Amino acid sequence: MTIPPVPYAIAPESTDTVSAEEQQFNDLIAADSRIEPRDWMPEGYRKTLIRQISQHAHSEIIGMQPEGNWITRAPSLKRKAILLAKVQDEAGHGLYLYSAAQTLGISRDLMTEQLIAGKARYSSIFNYPSPTWADMGSIGWLVDGAAICNQVPLCRASYGPYGRAMVRICKEESFHQRQGFEILLELMNGTPAQREMAQESVNRWYWPALQMFGPPDDDSPNSAQSMAWNIKRFSNDELRQRFVGMLVPQAEVLGVTLPDPDLRWNEEKGVYDMGEIDWTEFHEVLAGRGPANARRLQRRRDAHNEGQWVREAAAAYAAKQAVKAVA
Amino acid sequence: MSDTIEQDAYGHVDVDQVELSAELVEAASVASHDVAEYALWLGDDSLVLAQNLGWWISRAPELEEDIALGNIALDLIGHARSLLHYAGAESDRTEDDLAYWRDEPQWRSAHLFEQPNGDFAHTIARQFIAAHYLFELYSALMESTDATLAAIAAKAVKEVDYHRDHSIQWVLRLAQGTEESRRRMITGLSDLWPFVEELFIDEPLIDRLEGVAVRPSTLEATVLAAMLPVLAEAELEVPRGFISSGGGRRGDHSENLGPLLAEMQVLARAHPDAKW
Repeated sequence: MTIPPVPYAIAPESTDTVSAEEQQFNDLIAADSRIEPRDWMPEGYRKTLIRQISQHAHSEIIGMQPEGNWITRAPSLKRKAILLAKVQDEAGHGLYLYSAAQTLGISRDLMTEQLIAGKARYSSIFNYPSPTWADMGSIGWLVDGAAICNQVPLCRASYGPYGRAMVRICKEESFHQRQGFEILLELMNGTPAQREMAQESVNRWYWPALQMFGPPDDDSPNSAQSMAWNIKRFSNDELRQRFVGMLVPQAEVLGVTLPDPDLRWNEEKGVYDMGEIDWTEFHEVLAGRGPANARRLQRRRDAHNEGQWVREAAAAYAAKQAVKAVA
Repeated sequence: MSDTIEQDAYGHVDVDQVELSAELVEAASVASHDVAEYALWLGDDSLVLAQNLGWWISRAPELEEDIALGNIALDLIGHARSLLHYAGAESDRTEDDLAYWRDEPQWRSAHLFEQPNGDFAHTIARQFIAAHYLFELYSALMESTDATLAAIAAKAVKEVDYHRDHSIQWVLRLAQGTEESRRRMITGLSDLWPFVEELFIDEPLIDRLEGVAVRPSTLEATVLAAMLPVLAEAELEVPRGFISSGGGRRGDHSENLGPLLAEMQVLARAHPDAKW
């Protein structure tokens, strides 16, 4: 699964004097063209992208855990194979995104250090636990579904390596979403216990999935610069609305109830009205007090620390081979 | 892949369509009881190893290894599905009936595959032995008079060739990397080596499957001939000492298999009437 983080604020660059290279950057943005690694770019643009892309990469890596949790217990060999392939895709997305971030001048080692030191953000959605098999369905359908709504516009992000990475990632995410939907459909067509498992899981994931789009627009002043730079294309609320509009008919096909009593079609506005999102919970999880924050970070830290001797061995071996090759 | 998959009006793709159709051999024939038993040997080896490897995803020393070990596990599940599908047809059981509804004594895997992951060096030592064994096995099985087994082997051999290469690279790196990695590699190898011999034991079943099955004792020379030069290059000695008594092919297992199966089967068994 893949969740781009909410872009953060960068003070607009001073416009007193515009150098030739800055003018060229501005012209490229105005023409909605791509900025490439060799191009000059404002420091704020570079920092915004490093932060957004690395957070996105971290989300992929931490996001492997809630589903990785069920690989050994998947209830059929077919499901086991699909789940394994999906989690493996996520590792691939992480690698791909780290590479895109590296083109902006940050090393993968540094990004990893930031993650395991707890200094870097990743999507809060992965700080929720996955106690049942139905969560494999909900994560695909709701979490990957929300991710796709966020990511499709990112394929047009102004920074070339990021936009191109997103094209490939979106193709795989769309498959992930359908497999999640299919898991839930199978459960909803199954035994009473399976149906109950599916509904209970959707109840738990629905609201956190809506929170993935970030705070409401009137509480998200930071998005403006990212939109001006053509990194972000739609507001948080626009994307959230689009997502809910997509979910409602799919929920009908599944036969699950979306846990929002205030959800209803607004004829006048042509969109769904929805209930109030609990932003207190959102901020609690963001602040590290979600149900699985500590566990997720600890697992990553353990894997990193326990793998230290392996990475050292690989580096030492490569160095020895290089010496041999010269001699 | 997506080019050949039909979508319904909603753009929905059923996972059955992307099910490992390419990996599942169209088994028109039904195996005899003995052939089914032999397919179970091979299928159980692959599935137990894949189950162990699946643990590593999100815990590997490098992201590249999360991907590599995941890929190997995925290949092995593919082999297991083909083999169990074939093994089950004789008794009208599905691959999942065999994977989820047999108890420990009914499993036919050799002890090597159920050995715990240990540290990364243990996993690599297990992979090194397993991949060399499987490569020689499938290379020989391609000549089987049983067309289904021959077809499964022809596909699997290409994949285990990659697994073999992956393990060789890591044996070399760990043995000749740092002092710590060398110490760990030596320990891993000596902990896993006792389970090599069981792979080459001829059970009575093999006598009844002349031309169909690969006689395990005939693999010993080729497997060792492939492994020993790598160990020599890595300056690792062939471990001596304790040799496992084996017995996996007859359903005698170490204490490792029970917990592994318990975890794998827990959800399926909690819902006996369910489809997934």
